[in-house]
Amino acid sequence: MSDQQTNMHPGLNLGYVGGGKHEESKVFGFWVFLMSDLVTFGLVFAIFGTMRNATAGGPGAHEVTELRSIAIQTGLLLLSSFAFSWASLAMKYEAGRWRFLIWFSVAATSGLGFLIFELLDFHHLIEIGAVPQRSGYLSAFWSLVGLHGLHVAGGLLWIGVLTLQILKFGLTDTIKSRITRLGLYWHFLDIVWIGIFSLVFLAGVA
Amino acid sequence: MKHSGPEERRERGFYTLGLGLSVVLTVASFASVMTGILPSAWVIPALVVLALAQIVVQLRYFLHIDFTHQKREDLQLLLFTVLLLAIMAFGTLWVMADLGDRMM
Repeated sequence: MSDQQTNMHPGLNLGYVGGGKHEESKVFGFWVFLMSDLVTFGLVFAIFGTMRNATAGGPGAHEVTELRSIAIQTGLLLLSSFAFSWASLAMKYEAGRWRFLIWFSVAATSGLGFLIFELLDFHHLIEIGAVPQRSGYLSAFWSLVGLHGLHVAGGLLWIGVLTLQILKFGLTDTIKSRITRLGLYWHFLDIVWIGIFSLVFLAGVA
Repeated sequence: MKHSGPEERRERGFYTLGLGLSVVLTVASFASVMTGILPSAWVIPALVVLALAQIVVQLRYFLHIDFTHQKREDLQLLLFTVLLLAIMAFGTLWVMADLGDRMM
């Protein structure tokens, strides 16, 4: 069975999952959700664009951007996305649940690291008085970066719940299908982050 | 644990290539701002191009969106969403910037 024939959706090949067509439509449905989430992110980006100069004399892009921390966060999230794809391969090629869980936990750990660095940055922002109610720029900044951070936190919770399910039930077909959708979500968050680090942080201090 | 077959090695190589390209594009983005090698007027356009390139790379290598027939529905869904989003986001920026000018 070749890869090309069975791959009906992006990401993982679900040809081995018992559900067949039904699972494919679940993945497609999840894509529809991701695209609606993309619209949400895109419009918050647009609001940020209209607010980028509305600092009202308060802290601006140069004050809120700590480039070294942003670089670390970018690296951690990229590593997390990559580790997830290796976990997916371990699942696809039946490498056993432990090899899957090793890569899964690498993805979770670097995702958690991303969130910790982001929270440290947020803490610093509160210390220098760059709180959301200070200016239109900061409201939009916190909405956009915070929305992404909440998505990452939700994804980590999802990883935790699935890990417990895998430990209890093993890599059953149902759980493989859930992992596939989590994978799409996780890669999607890394793509949104590309927009944030380029347009909010780097373009802000350029 | 089974030995990894040629198919698995090929896919690993595919993902690793995606990671490599993403790292190169990310480093280029940060370098264009932090080193100041580009004329300042070019930095923002360079950032936009590098970000778009990396989004395409990650869609291609991590999410496997491409032009093969089976996946076309997902590509169409993605492109249609981007079209709607472009209209709404560009419209928002245009209207608000115009309003800002007139309020001066």
